[in-house]
Amino acid sequence: MARIDLKQIAHSYEAKPRGDEDYALKRFDHVWQDGGAYALLGPSGCGKTTLLNVISGLLAPSQGRVLFDDRDVTELTPERRNIAQVFQFPVIYDTMTVYDNLAFPLRNRKMPENEVRARVHEVAEMLELSADLGRRARGLAADAKQRISMGRGLVRQDVAAILFDEPLTTIDPHLKWRLRRKLKQVHERYRLTLVYVTHDQNEALTFADQVVVMNEGRVLQMGTPQELFEKPSHTFVGYFIGSPGMNFLACDLVGEGARVAGHEIRLPPGIAERARAHAGPYEIGVRPEFLRLNRGGGDNALPVTVVDVENLGNFQMAAVRLDGRTVYVKLPEGAEVPAEQGSLDLPPEWTRLYADGRLVE
Amino acid sequence: MNKWESNRAWLLVLPVFVVVAFSAIIPLMTVVNYSVQDIFGPGNRVFVGTEWFREVLSDYRLQDALVRQLIFSGLVLLIEIPLGIAIALTLPARGWKVSLCLVLLALPLLIPWNVIGTVWIIFLRPDIGLLGVFLNSVLGIKFDHTAAPADAWVSVMMMEVWHWTPLVTLLAYAGLRAIPDAYYQAARIDGASAWAVFRYIQLPKLRGVLTIAILLRFMDSFLIYAEPFVLTGGGPGNSTTFLSIYLVKLAVGQFDLGPAAAFSIIYFLIVLVFCFIFYQALQNVATGDRQ
Repeated sequence: MARIDLKQIAHSYEAKPRGDEDYALKRFDHVWQDGGAYALLGPSGCGKTTLLNVISGLLAPSQGRVLFDDRDVTELTPERRNIAQVFQFPVIYDTMTVYDNLAFPLRNRKMPENEVRARVHEVAEMLELSADLGRRARGLAADAKQRISMGRGLVRQDVAAILFDEPLTTIDPHLKWRLRRKLKQVHERYRLTLVYVTHDQNEALTFADQVVVMNEGRVLQMGTPQELFEKPSHTFVGYFIGSPGMNFLACDLVGEGARVAGHEIRLPPGIAERARAHAGPYEIGVRPEFLRLNRGGGDNALPVTVVDVENLGNFQMAAVRLDGRTVYVKLPEGAEVPAEQGSLDLPPEWTRLYADGRLVE
Repeated sequence: MNKWESNRAWLLVLPVFVVVAFSAIIPLMTVVNYSVQDIFGPGNRVFVGTEWFREVLSDYRLQDALVRQLIFSGLVLLIEIPLGIAIALTLPARGWKVSLCLVLLALPLLIPWNVIGTVWIIFLRPDIGLLGVFLNSVLGIKFDHTAAPADAWVSVMMMEVWHWTPLVTLLAYAGLRAIPDAYYQAARIDGASAWAVFRYIQLPKLRGVLTIAILLRFMDSFLIYAEPFVLTGGGPGNSTTFLSIYLVKLAVGQFDLGPAAAFSIIYFLIVLVFCFIFYQALQNVATGDRQ
């Protein structure tokens, strides 16, 4: 168990990186607290797996240091770092039994056989593999195989952290919840630091205490699911989290408010003032969940054209046009939607202002 | 209407049936036909039943040739399979060197088989051959594959290993490249030694391609004809007379069609049985549950 510090970490797969674009990970600092359950969320190719491999030691970062509990481990090999990693598809040793699979990391470290037996049985018990210990691992279902790969990490004493690289991708949907529940239990029992890579936001939001959103080799925001939802610190986070994502509209600053498509709207007090300290372009962002659609008038409203309304069971999704841009509005089931022209209500407390993509607070 | 449809189905199968008939069934039946008759000339033959089979099975020259053949194929598998895997493990994984190595390795496979025999005859000649001169004149080892049976065996084995190990290497290399990186990464995290990686990841993952390699190398080496025929002609004495060389002597040299046909069928069955055993053994290696 350990706190993991990344100091000024950057990585490039090129031998001689020329510009920023050659870096799979762009220079940043990050801290993973001991015992935290983190989800690392981002689109494909954003550097999630690279970051994971830097933590586990499979990859030596081009720049920066990796610290486990203030101990510099940058130069250490994966097995010396005492870290466990579970991969996208189950890695098991086909010819071995489940027992031998679990015992493998311990035997490689020359642990006495009686201690090996005790550890293997304890972990097998935890992961519900006891009944299968004598079986060949290759005959098992995919979720059991993933539990074995996890078990090979857990059998080692004092594992610093367990890293998961999209471990549920190849698992059948009906087995996913079983494995995810198991992950939760393991975390609650051992209080290990867990880092869980995924591109599925539901998985990230349900699994983790803290979600780290990455894009293009950068960590954009770390926060609880609620923080990510209510206060995305970057337009990418707003757009990536949520279904559909946050609505963004270009604006100018006017006094204490903003002008969107020729109409002035109010912003939370003081925001416009602080925004002037940053360079533009400016955008306002509002979640579809917080927007309201009325027949006309309204308190802080913009006139819009209703293009489409979709009934999605327990809510309705309306698409409206404003100055050539589409804005999505999530409305409660049965709410009245104006036929063509309507006015879009922006509650100031849920209206965020972004300067050059970054949240103004 | 139904009747017409089923007839047309037969027509569609006909081309395959004709091809298989001409390529397998008719030749095989001809051999079966010869094996139960004594043929004196066109239109002059006698049915002899299983007499040829009994005669051939008790023929000591054939038994000797079979023993030689088994030793030869056994040595081929024992040398070429481990050597092929070892070479595949040392090949580079990416970059331009891959293409270079693969092309160089594949060269022996592209040479016609009788040419290979000729190349090795010249290579081994004590007066002008590169290896022959080196062994005899430089190292002072008396080496003559036309005089000493042991030298003839060494020569045939060298030629065979040089010729066919690349095939095993290519198959093993393809198998190795198909192993996902995650296995190696997991092994590093588990602290596995290089030997453990080979024993528990690479070897099990190579099982499929090695099955093919072993079957191919067994069949080909068991049926080997052109290369030793050109290099040693089965000699000195009968020391490198393998089954196919003996069979050709019997059928073409002495024109004993009956015994040769009976022998061919036995030969065919031996290959079939061995291949079946190898295949079953390799399929069942490490797949059953521990009892």
